[in-house]
Amino acid sequence: MEKKVVATSSLAGCFGCHMSLLDIDERILELIELVEFDKSPVNDVKKFSRRVDIGLIEGGCCNEENVHVLKEFRAQCKVLVSVGECAIMGGLQAIRNTIPLKECLDEAYLNGPSVKGCNEESIIPNDEELPVILNKVYPCHEIVKIDYHLPGCPPSADLIWNALRALVLDEKMEMPYELVKYD
Amino acid sequence: MNQILKFKLDGVECMGYKDQYITNAAAENGFYIPTLCNIPGVKPRGACRICNVRVNGKLMTACTTPLANGMVIECQTEELKDLRKAIIELMLTEGNHFCPSCEKSGNCELQALAYRFNITVPRFKYQFPERDIEASHPKLIKDHNRCILCKRCIRVIKDEQGRNIFAFGKRGNRITINIDTELANDISDENARMAYEICPVGAILLRENAFREPIGKRKFDHVPIGIEMERFHK
Amino acid sequence: MRNAPIIQDSAMIESPEIMPAKSKLQHEVSTILEHYQHDKTRLMDILIDIQDENGYIPAEAIDYLSHELNISTVDIRQTVSFYHFFSETPRGKYTIYLNDSAVANMNGRKAVSKTFEKEAGISFGSVTEDGLIGLFNTSCIGMNDQEPAALINGAVFTRLTPFRASEIIRDIRAGKQVEEMFVASYGDGNNSSEFIKAVVNNHIMKRGPVLSDQFKPGEGIKEIVKMSPEDVIKEVKISNIRGRGGAGFPTGLKWEFCRNAADQTRYIFCNADEGEPGTFKDRVILTEKPFMLFEGMVIAGYAIGAKEGILYLRYEYKYLKKHLENALQKIRKLKLLGKNILGKKGFNFDIRIQFGAGAYVCGEESALIESAEGKRGEPRDRPPFPVEKGYLEKPTVVNNVETLCSIVKIIKNGGEWYKNLGTKESTGTKVLSISCDCRYPGIYEVEWGFSVNDILDMVGGDDVQAVQVGGPSGSCIAPNEFNRTLCYTDLATGGSLIIIGNHRDLLKGIILNFMDFFIDESCGSCTPCRILTVLLRDKLKKIIEGRGVMQDLEDMEDWGKIMKANRCGLGLTAANPILTTLKNFKNLYLNKIQINKDYDTGFRLDEALREGMKASNRKVSVLENK
Repeated sequence: MEKKVVATSSLAGCFGCHMSLLDIDERILELIELVEFDKSPVNDVKKFSRRVDIGLIEGGCCNEENVHVLKEFRAQCKVLVSVGECAIMGGLQAIRNTIPLKECLDEAYLNGPSVKGCNEESIIPNDEELPVILNKVYPCHEIVKIDYHLPGCPPSADLIWNALRALVLDEKMEMPYELVKYD
Repeated sequence: MNQILKFKLDGVECMGYKDQYITNAAAENGFYIPTLCNIPGVKPRGACRICNVRVNGKLMTACTTPLANGMVIECQTEELKDLRKAIIELMLTEGNHFCPSCEKSGNCELQALAYRFNITVPRFKYQFPERDIEASHPKLIKDHNRCILCKRCIRVIKDEQGRNIFAFGKRGNRITINIDTELANDISDENARMAYEICPVGAILLRENAFREPIGKRKFDHVPIGIEMERFHK
Repeated sequence: MRNAPIIQDSAMIESPEIMPAKSKLQHEVSTILEHYQHDKTRLMDILIDIQDENGYIPAEAIDYLSHELNISTVDIRQTVSFYHFFSETPRGKYTIYLNDSAVANMNGRKAVSKTFEKEAGISFGSVTEDGLIGLFNTSCIGMNDQEPAALINGAVFTRLTPFRASEIIRDIRAGKQVEEMFVASYGDGNNSSEFIKAVVNNHIMKRGPVLSDQFKPGEGIKEIVKMSPEDVIKEVKISNIRGRGGAGFPTGLKWEFCRNAADQTRYIFCNADEGEPGTFKDRVILTEKPFMLFEGMVIAGYAIGAKEGILYLRYEYKYLKKHLENALQKIRKLKLLGKNILGKKGFNFDIRIQFGAGAYVCGEESALIESAEGKRGEPRDRPPFPVEKGYLEKPTVVNNVETLCSIVKIIKNGGEWYKNLGTKESTGTKVLSISCDCRYPGIYEVEWGFSVNDILDMVGGDDVQAVQVGGPSGSCIAPNEFNRTLCYTDLATGGSLIIIGNHRDLLKGIILNFMDFFIDESCGSCTPCRILTVLLRDKLKKIIEGRGVMQDLEDMEDWGKIMKANRCGLGLTAANPILTTLKNFKNLYLNKIQINKDYDTGFRLDEALREGMKASNRKVSVLENK
């Protein structure tokens, strides 16, 4: 059987979901028999070399670069999966969604206790190499179509494993009660 | 002695008592009808609408509808299951429910229902409303981000003179549940704890009480909500 | 701290020198409280008096009420904050409530509102710094046949134009009284009477039994004193009349349920909370037929065994208060109201007027009862039904204005006579409120069974795109259905018909407005009604903006079904503007969606970046650079 190709990325996330993927322990050997990785931090490949079968997205979108990567994933992946709470609902970053952006930036760079008095020119970072921040943090499916969602913070290794196996082998996925959790 | 009544629930012959609400009668017959705003023993309100069942074909909330002889009740139809799931999804998107940072996570009834209904992502757009956290009361914290307006606290928590400590404010999608500042200052320890415990989500918190139970030891970590009532699994 | 309140009280008694003297406001509230005997269930009246006296409900008044009535301030505020016309902040010496209904907008409201804003120097929802003028939007005020209209300190101003708006602001600044600001003569009929004096027109275009000039006070009561209450109910049942508010429950049956309730203390309510946008027939009946209406209440009271009747009147119709109170006085003098009516021993019945304070949902009978008890207008769970446990837990009948008027004619002429009017299932006549794109908007009393086409012929509606039958909660129907008839088995309606011409933008101009209306007016109790109305409105907006896809139409249809989980009529019908147009005007939607896309959430990167670029003072984004 030809190996399925997987790509992964972490957008506005903490890499915890990727860590959880690695928590599948010795099953990683089985995984390597089933799939090969294209663009992914797992193998440090930075660019897509081809159209892939499965894309796993960790994190939501908080800046324009995230949107760009997400759209690229949608274009390159036959099946796209949101992995973890951030990808699904913005995650903890999205707590800022309930506060006006200007207020957040002012607190972070101008007025917060750790920066007050240190930023003499009152600059909110604006180097042209820096991606511009979005007005709020977006769940991935509010930007592109997402085929499946794996909840959890992070999703348990078992859940990610079950999902990958089911996708690769085209089987029905098992979702026992204990695996679907939001924390 | 209460009069005994017969009724049918999802095709099963059941028995209950006159004046018993459908939810309670169902539970005694081994059926779980999902509820969220309901608390057994307190006058029901029918606010969340999750317990909608078809009674002789008509949609009624099981928590507010008293049993009548010969009722034919449908509960676990595809239509009703999706209706309940949709309502839970509405609640998840209406407020700001960041489970990973919520101390009620694992013991939260909204989350437990979402687990039970296998919700991986809500069908509705997240609203991310701007809401306050009231942290100025001596014993309680009211986090409006998580409030699902179930009215439990309003119905249950009263001071010694029977006055409301909690009440609604405004209406429609601007509605909130507010605490009376003066009465919250004088709230008894028992009342404060009760308010925390009856809140199905993490909207009413007790000070100095957070994260007492580790993950894995919480109420809904291993077993779905309502399982203790179920004899007939559907 | 268990005994805290008691300690406080005794401290006050023991040391009178620290008890602060009553402020002016406290004196005023004390007087109001005495007037209502410190009755908590009269909280609505108490709050209305405070609001009217001060232009708002000061926090000090709430604290004082809390102390005097022994209810918490948060509890008082849950009532205060529920109603549109209550405010905890001043709303201006002159408060302008400009109707924001779809029909007002179709008749040029926008230009009027802009002029108000420009002349007053503030935007809607605020008060001028000097506290002189407050500008606020309000839901339909029952003047659809003479829009745009506004309430200014309770007085009605109809047919506003930008010119009139600037005149009004000028007059306000000149310190004129509201009555001095009228420039047209008072309206027809009783609108010109000394007790109303309003620039409002009845526009009665077609009369039937209810609106007939033939009515003589007492003609119905003279009949019932010879009858037993059971016979009165029997006669009503023979007539087969059904509730005229919209829900259409058989009136005789409702009365019978109530009469059979065990409790002997019973109440009859007249529902004059006419809030369905586009409905104004009750306003005309209240203006022209108050005697008939009150007589209907007396008859209902006699039939069900009630000693007290309450007219629940929407705050928007407060300009009719003196007129109605005067009518009640006159009826009392005629011995048609009060003790031993028409000399019949033990036939005691009286009526009081209960005002609402701006909440559409209070037109739902159990919400109306809650409101009359001084609470938020949240519909109750059923069972128990009001006929078993209603006002103050007592058996209660709530009937519409028009129903009660029809009853008088039924009693006078007999149920058989009435039954011969209309159709077999829908007997009698219906008073219709017809507005918008037709030559003769106004009030038409017709027999049930008219088709929409008949009505369009009658009112001069030619170039018609759609007819909204029954207000926003009803259906929006297209010309291919204009052969349908008005009756309980086909197009049931509380009587509002909004005629929408071909030149109108149906989705943007009307349906969006209707959705906003339901969002504003939902009580917020049921989850789907509270949230889904907003989500559906947002989908509609997205489609109107050209960002919709086919999936959105499917979603709206699917999500609409969730609304059936709601408790009351408002929640059950709040998706109807979208659902009925999706069904009857699908092409309008199909023309707006993107056909080359199957997924679009409406997200646009440039819009999402705007705020961040501004905050960090950047002109171009990284992606634009590349």
